[in-house]
Amino acid sequence: MKIHEYQAKDFFTQYSIPVAEGIVCRDVDSCLETYKNLFSEVVVIKAQVHTGGRGKAGGVKIAKSPQEVRQHAEAILGMDIKGFKVDRVMVAQGVNIASEYYLSFVIDRNSRSVVLIMSREGGMDIEEVAATAPEKIIKIAIDPLIGIPEFLARKAAFMLFDSFDVVKQAVPLIQNLYKLFTETDASLAEINPLVVTKEGKLIAIDGKMNFDDNALYRQPEVEALFEPDEEEKREQDAKSKGFSYVHLKGKIGCMVNGAGLAMATMDMIKLYGGEPANFLDIGGSSNPNKVIEAMKLLTSDPEVNVVLINIFGGITRCDDVARGLIEAFKYLKTDIPVVIRLTGTNEAEGRELLKGTSFHSAQTMSMAISKSVELSKSRIK
Amino acid sequence: MSILINKDTRLVVQGITGRDGGFHAAKMAEYGTNVVAGTSPGKGGQHALGIPVFNSVADAVTKEGANTSVIFVPAPFVKDAIMEAADSGVSLIICITEGVPTLDVVEAKRYADLKGVSLIGPNCPGLISPGKSLVGIMPGNIFKEGRTGVISRSGTLTYEVVYNLTLSGIGQSTAIGVGGDPVVGLYYLELLKMFENDPETDSIVLIGEIGGDAEEQAAQYIKDHITKPVAAFIAGVTAPAGKRMGHAGAIISSGTGTAKEKTDAFAKAGVPVASEPAQIPDLLRAQ
Repeated sequence: MKIHEYQAKDFFTQYSIPVAEGIVCRDVDSCLETYKNLFSEVVVIKAQVHTGGRGKAGGVKIAKSPQEVRQHAEAILGMDIKGFKVDRVMVAQGVNIASEYYLSFVIDRNSRSVVLIMSREGGMDIEEVAATAPEKIIKIAIDPLIGIPEFLARKAAFMLFDSFDVVKQAVPLIQNLYKLFTETDASLAEINPLVVTKEGKLIAIDGKMNFDDNALYRQPEVEALFEPDEEEKREQDAKSKGFSYVHLKGKIGCMVNGAGLAMATMDMIKLYGGEPANFLDIGGSSNPNKVIEAMKLLTSDPEVNVVLINIFGGITRCDDVARGLIEAFKYLKTDIPVVIRLTGTNEAEGRELLKGTSFHSAQTMSMAISKSVELSKSRIK
Repeated sequence: MSILINKDTRLVVQGITGRDGGFHAAKMAEYGTNVVAGTSPGKGGQHALGIPVFNSVADAVTKEGANTSVIFVPAPFVKDAIMEAADSGVSLIICITEGVPTLDVVEAKRYADLKGVSLIGPNCPGLISPGKSLVGIMPGNIFKEGRTGVISRSGTLTYEVVYNLTLSGIGQSTAIGVGGDPVVGLYYLELLKMFENDPETDSIVLIGEIGGDAEEQAAQYIKDHITKPVAAFIAGVTAPAGKRMGHAGAIISSGTGTAKEKTDAFAKAGVPVASEPAQIPDLLRAQ
């Protein structure tokens, strides 16, 4: 789950991490009001959206007068950045930057731990630095049973800063950011850039945090900040029914049990010349209610012209699945052709039950997919 | 032989009195696994499905000689369950539960390492050494005894691949689902090494998916260290960037973790990649 920069900075402040003072505004007047109250001649107006690359898109501007604040606020509010509409901006104090750094904590799959990532190449896209100059990136894996004792924070700080005065400020910052990361079940806590001002102060200029969806049940304060976009709302709605759903742009709606098999189904549709309309994992069981809900979800997409049901019957027997499907389709009225592929335990019995129904039943995944692609193409013509 | 589990596996089921734990304990016992104990704090002394229930995993180890644990407890209790098992004297822990907070896994895995105990999962279907032992939720009947090792990040996709192998007469030595989360226990490198050293495994199938770079590392490892034939399959060629595809770990982030990077890495390492699961038996036979 993602949050906005100003929300990340609120967390930073809660954990005593110094940030450039700023206030979130939803209209031009409050931007002007904030400008007056910040007592800072120079301010930065920053779009608050759930995506990176705001600067390049023109969503971050420096203003040095009320006129400029008005001009930039008017331009940025309402702007579209990578499909995200800007409905609020942050008006933040300008800072005299002497040098910029990168600092983050992130979950690292390989070391199976949280890693501290630092670089003197602050303000840059860190993935780009990692790709072009990996030697400029410092990585320290954190032992979860020990955390970050002072000596470790100091060791890290000395790797990044030359001045002992700055190191002394960095030690608690590193420890507090790690504390924030673990206490909120984050998956990313990033400060980019972290700056040393001309006055010698260490300040977070930008902040970004992502959180572990699996842990939201115990992070009500984080969950309260969830602002799903239209796609995410649909995915969330599907999730509440026990599904995992991602909308795509094709014509063949897929209903599959298991995430890996669902991905493989989409891939094969493409391989056979069709276009998958979605990813949908309906989970382990395939009871009639679940099938009904899944069909409603798939057919709510006007693009879908064929539905492919690909079920690998493991512990659930195929004859039970077939009975469930027949039961479910008593309540579903649709003229969209449905291709069903059942494989696994009692598959012959399952297919026997589907004989004489309006379903197109197929024995293998290849057969089911070529049938679906053929039906989908014939319905376009 | 086989790897990790066999006829000597003595299994304790953590959460045996729960719905899933009970259901699968019965299925595993039916398959022939030595399910020697279950645990459920406060229900020690009772029996579930005729299997003795203990208050702790340590009791199951002392009284029934359990050496492997499988975990079915709900996600909020998984960290503690893994740590309890790691502390009890079992040598292998398999965690089936999905939806476990990542930082809980990070901590529990570290503790298991400290105790010298191997962890598989969480969010995995478990493993099977056909004809010997089944630990987890895989459907035993689709497997066949044989000499091909299977490693996968997925559940039903593994069944699909195994089903194709079995239909073609290719049996399996051991098949393992490592789990779909970003942080899990045993992974490709450790398991490839085990299969390489297993005299009863002749070839290996690796089923990967988008997210992370474990497949790229596996490709390099195979090139450097594996002498047995390997065939691979990668799911998620059509997955859009930035979207989680069911598994918490199956996500293309910042443009990396794509299926193409992974298939390219395998191609570079000389490992054939199937474009659909049904091709895997032929890819193995051709080597």
